Amino acid sequence: MANTPVISVENLSKRYVIGHEARHDNLRDTLQHTARKLWRRFRWGTGFQTEEFWALRDVSFEVKQGEVVGIIGRNGAGKSTLLKILSRITEPTTGRISITGRVASLLEVGTGFHPELSGRENIFLNGAILGMKRTEIRRKFDEIVAFAEVEKFLDTPVKYYSSGMYVRLAFAVAAHLDPEILIVDEVLAVGDAEFQKKCLGKMGEVAEAGRTALFVSHNMASVQHLCTRGIVLAEGKIVTQGNTASAVQAYLHTARVVQGIELQHRPDRKGNGKLRFLAVTFHDLTGKQVTSILCGSGVSVRLHYESTYNGQIRDIDVAFNLRNDAGVLITCFANIQTGRPRLPIHARGYFECAWPKTNIRGGEYDCALYCSIDGEVCDWLQNAFVFSLEDGDFFGTGHLVPRDHGDVLCEQQWSSCVSCS
Amino acid sequence: MSDVVENPPATEPPELVIEAGRTEAHYWRDLWRYRELLGFLAWRDIKVRYKQAVLGVAWAVIQPAVQTLLLSFVFGKLARMPAGDVPYPLLVLAGLLPWQLFSSAFSGAGSSIVGNANLISKVYFPRLIVPFSALAVALIDLTVLLVLTVPIAACFGVMPTWRLLLLPAFILGALLIALGAGLWITALTVKYRDFRFITPFILQIGVFVTPVGYRTDFLPNWRDLLAFNPLTGVVDGFRWCLLGGTTEFYVPGLMISFAIAAVLLAGGLWYFRKTERQFADVI
Repeated sequence: MANTPVISVENLSKRYVIGHEARHDNLRDTLQHTARKLWRRFRWGTGFQTEEFWALRDVSFEVKQGEVVGIIGRNGAGKSTLLKILSRITEPTTGRISITGRVASLLEVGTGFHPELSGRENIFLNGAILGMKRTEIRRKFDEIVAFAEVEKFLDTPVKYYSSGMYVRLAFAVAAHLDPEILIVDEVLAVGDAEFQKKCLGKMGEVAEAGRTALFVSHNMASVQHLCTRGIVLAEGKIVTQGNTASAVQAYLHTARVVQGIELQHRPDRKGNGKLRFLAVTFHDLTGKQVTSILCGSGVSVRLHYESTYNGQIRDIDVAFNLRNDAGVLITCFANIQTGRPRLPIHARGYFECAWPKTNIRGGEYDCALYCSIDGEVCDWLQNAFVFSLEDGDFFGTGHLVPRDHGDVLCEQQWSSCVSCS
Repeated sequence: MSDVVENPPATEPPELVIEAGRTEAHYWRDLWRYRELLGFLAWRDIKVRYKQAVLGVAWAVIQPAVQTLLLSFVFGKLARMPAGDVPYPLLVLAGLLPWQLFSSAFSGAGSSIVGNANLISKVYFPRLIVPFSALAVALIDLTVLLVLTVPIAACFGVMPTWRLLLLPAFILGALLIALGAGLWITALTVKYRDFRFITPFILQIGVFVTPVGYRTDFLPNWRDLLAFNPLTGVVDGFRWCLLGGTTEFYVPGLMISFAIAAVLLAGGLWYFRKTERQFADVI
């Protein structure tokens, strides 16, 4: 049994058809557009243009009994679509999947929780929604309650729960599902640190018990910790599949490719679009463009944008943050941290952030980019660009700093004094 | 799938095949397996409905009581419709029971899929469970009203007879009509939210074109026309079961009602099953 595939996916594709509708800011535009749309629909049967979008394209892989497979990829790579098809929520456009064994999928923590019902009632409801039998829930009830640490509030409606308690209860139900194949979508990205550890422990148990699991995550540390194998998706296709370490490397590589691509064509962004980032470039302190920076040297990050703002703005908030290859947030650069300096906006221009002396360990850092104006989010991109930094001579001694001296390097002065008693 | 837990692991685990356009072979079996979920969803809706309402369950009685008085006044006093040998309020009440059953089942089933969008987009289960659970809710409401109606009828001197035993057949009839119409509405609402506005509209008109406030056997000219509303047969049936011999049956009308109800249900099921696979994508 150990080497038979329990999940086999052949040439799986999923197409979505997206309707394009213009945005309208006022009632008159909306009415005008609606009238035109109705007229067109009446004459040609279709009201607006549609565009095809392949969320998954020819994906094939196999998962064997007892494997814990991490599915990684940036936003919009097709991970969630894949999980939705595997859990039978939506149908593939082409392709075939065969699954052997009882599947439980967790695409969200607390699906179907009702705020008016008590904790006790929600355990039963949520359990039934996830496919447990009443007798099964009753048998595991005490265990679930103990795991969630909500004994005292069992008969309180969950709307009065703190968000931490809510998440704990929801995860506890899911954790006691006991399936042969478990499909999980980033549910671990919730709760406080201690509870996250507990959840990871529970996931680890799944792996040790020889059960099969598919696990989608952005958190490279937990992928490396839990998974035996990784599948990297980018733009709906499989880029690599193999052992976890090489998959994580490949994932970071897919991030690097984006650096050259201009940001304006990225579809996976949030915000009203009144200011859109176009590209990011790196420069040394003299203004010359560079692709990589030595640790210890200075760098200017230029965030190029275009904007439709023409009037006065009160308030602007521009930021980007750096995450290391384990997905851990290292630091954040934001104009509000430096006391909101006025940054005037042009139709086309760039914001420049100067970092006089880089003091983090060499490596690839994944950056998210954010801008809001007058409290409204204009543009927000996850994994917007990669900041790559080479190990360098930070302290100016002529030597590289040993890698086992930590992730952050600090300017420091040492001296020795006599203390008088 | 949950059978695996109870059977020894030696049994061959079920193989599941997912393919485009594949109407799942196990759909109806899955539906049976998920029957507990149906119960839980119905229980949730009932449990939640009267939370934070001071009068609570009393609302289930107040609404039909007021409606009975209102309709008795309009049809009995103002329009002076004939009531036969039954007190007019009782006539209305016997008509209102199936109407209440239908309208609550229909509006519940009609809004069920969009109302449970969070479930639809995150978990798999046969989607028919959701409208079915709305029927269960309506059925429970009816039971409450029915338990109150029989003694009220007795007070007016109408004693229950053996005909009461046939009532479940008409209850089933009302539920199936509501299901047929509700499936259409709920499946269409997933894509076109316009249909949300149609439900209250149908119900407003329905209470008049269904013989809730009047009896059909005194309107021979209108009888055949009224029978095109499938609920007419059900309402007549309810009166026949509850009020005893004074109401007679009109068989051709019942046949028309039955045929239309069957077409509605078959069409609703077909359309729902056809579109259900895309629910998660468009909802």
